[in-house]
Amino acid sequence: MVDSHDILETINMIDNENLDVRTITMGISLFDCIDSDIDRACNKIYDKICRYAGNLVKTGEDISKEYGIPIINKRISVTPIAMVAAACPGKSPVHFAKALDRAAKATGVNLIGGYSALVHKGFGPGDYALISSIPEALTETETVCSSVNIGTTKAGINMDAVAKMGGIVRQLAEATVDHECFGATKLVIFCNAPEDNPFMAGAFHGPGEPDCVINVGVSGPGVVRAALAKAGDCDLSEVANIIKKTAFKITRMGQLVAQEASRRLYVPFGIVDLSLAPTPAVGDSVAHILEEMGLECCGAHGTTAALALLNDAVKKGGIMASSHVGGLSGAFIPVTEDAGMINAARCGALSITKLEAMTAVCSVGLDMIVIPGDTPAEIISAIIADEAAIGMINSKTTAVRVIPAIGKKVGEELNFGGLFGGGPVMEVNRFSPLKFIQRGGRIPAPIQSLKN
Amino acid sequence: MRAVVTVIGKDMVGILARVSTICAENGVNVVEVTQSILQDLFAMIMMVDISKSTVPFNELSDKLTALGDEMNLTVHIMHEDIFNSMHRI
Repeated sequence: MVDSHDILETINMIDNENLDVRTITMGISLFDCIDSDIDRACNKIYDKICRYAGNLVKTGEDISKEYGIPIINKRISVTPIAMVAAACPGKSPVHFAKALDRAAKATGVNLIGGYSALVHKGFGPGDYALISSIPEALTETETVCSSVNIGTTKAGINMDAVAKMGGIVRQLAEATVDHECFGATKLVIFCNAPEDNPFMAGAFHGPGEPDCVINVGVSGPGVVRAALAKAGDCDLSEVANIIKKTAFKITRMGQLVAQEASRRLYVPFGIVDLSLAPTPAVGDSVAHILEEMGLECCGAHGTTAALALLNDAVKKGGIMASSHVGGLSGAFIPVTEDAGMINAARCGALSITKLEAMTAVCSVGLDMIVIPGDTPAEIISAIIADEAAIGMINSKTTAVRVIPAIGKKVGEELNFGGLFGGGPVMEVNRFSPLKFIQRGGRIPAPIQSLKN
Repeated sequence: MRAVVTVIGKDMVGILARVSTICAENGVNVVEVTQSILQDLFAMIMMVDISKSTVPFNELSDKLTALGDEMNLTVHIMHEDIFNSMHRI
């Protein structure tokens, strides 16, 4: 029989430490739905998604019940719509967003990702049309999420796209000003976007992926924090060791759920994303892990070092627990979705400049950060450019998901509710990057890209 | 196929009997039982064989959860594989 201590430990992790599987995401290729008749293409997309993902939600719920593990989200990612929309020149890509929204509602998933374009080296007409339509598409649908990849280590950074995205983020916030500028939470701007990311809002089903695939994102910051609290005053080698062991257990659970979902849905297993994904719930915070390590408040000097240790140990523990690892794989630091980060931002311990440094050593980037409503588009573009440069040079994924709080100033707050949380408006540097952004063109691929 | 039933809460008369009765009524064989006191709380762990269960897993789970609510205990039933995968290499 399994050791009773192990059984009780697992139950305690689930009941008291917020252990869960954050998402089962089904990736679906839409290449076989491409059609020059946009209505026919939309119908094909709707039919294919409903056919493939019809049982996704029920299967997730069944697995959750049998194994006793909460599975919070069941989601779908699809081929970047810009690739599909390219076959319908002159037609609004918003039709595709509406088809995705209908399919998401029919299958019961809470979000669908892939209203996306990959423009790291330049735009095609389909890409440009899709990007221009993002504000309309995300305000006229409820479940659709969007992402744009504007740079890679291999290609450099498309600064024309960066310039455009600053304006798009603002337009999205302005279009949803009556709903806490919520639209901007559904758009992620990436450098080195992974093709198999199961986490929203940045999930899409990359062109190199199979027809259909199951990817799973695990979570569990509360479990890691509790394990460190139990360990007491040990040195940092031991801290890293405890995190590794905990990450191993969390990931094994994710692997089991992924394999079981894959078997029951007759869909190949893709990857487990080794991530510590926080929620605004008490006891589910990445910031609180850093504070448990000995920082008075997240954002203090030492935060970057603590986060680097955490992020590395999570990967080392998780890698052996899963047969295939991918996606973003690292600790997330979304400000409004993390109770500890929200507190740190409120009390002034955490600034955007510190967050930028933190993104150099953890997964993703400047995520879920509320900025002043009067922030000009070029400053948002410059924030995107800085983040993309960190990703490009360090051969890692970085992203920007900032929310301009239209009509609000530093100190005021936005409240999205649910998993998206809420948080204070954070100050941005007001000196103008306008001329730099207006230059356009491409930042050439760095020397790190020349590995052949 | 085996599952693990755990019952955690304040000790009282009849816990084992009530859980065993639900198992027996639904064709679930109790393979092994261990009990311990954990931080002043009663913790019972039961390994059960559900391969001849007469009801779907969901229904069995609902019945045990309802019993837990009635007796003010936390009752879980979870597939054995979750513990094997998390705690064994």
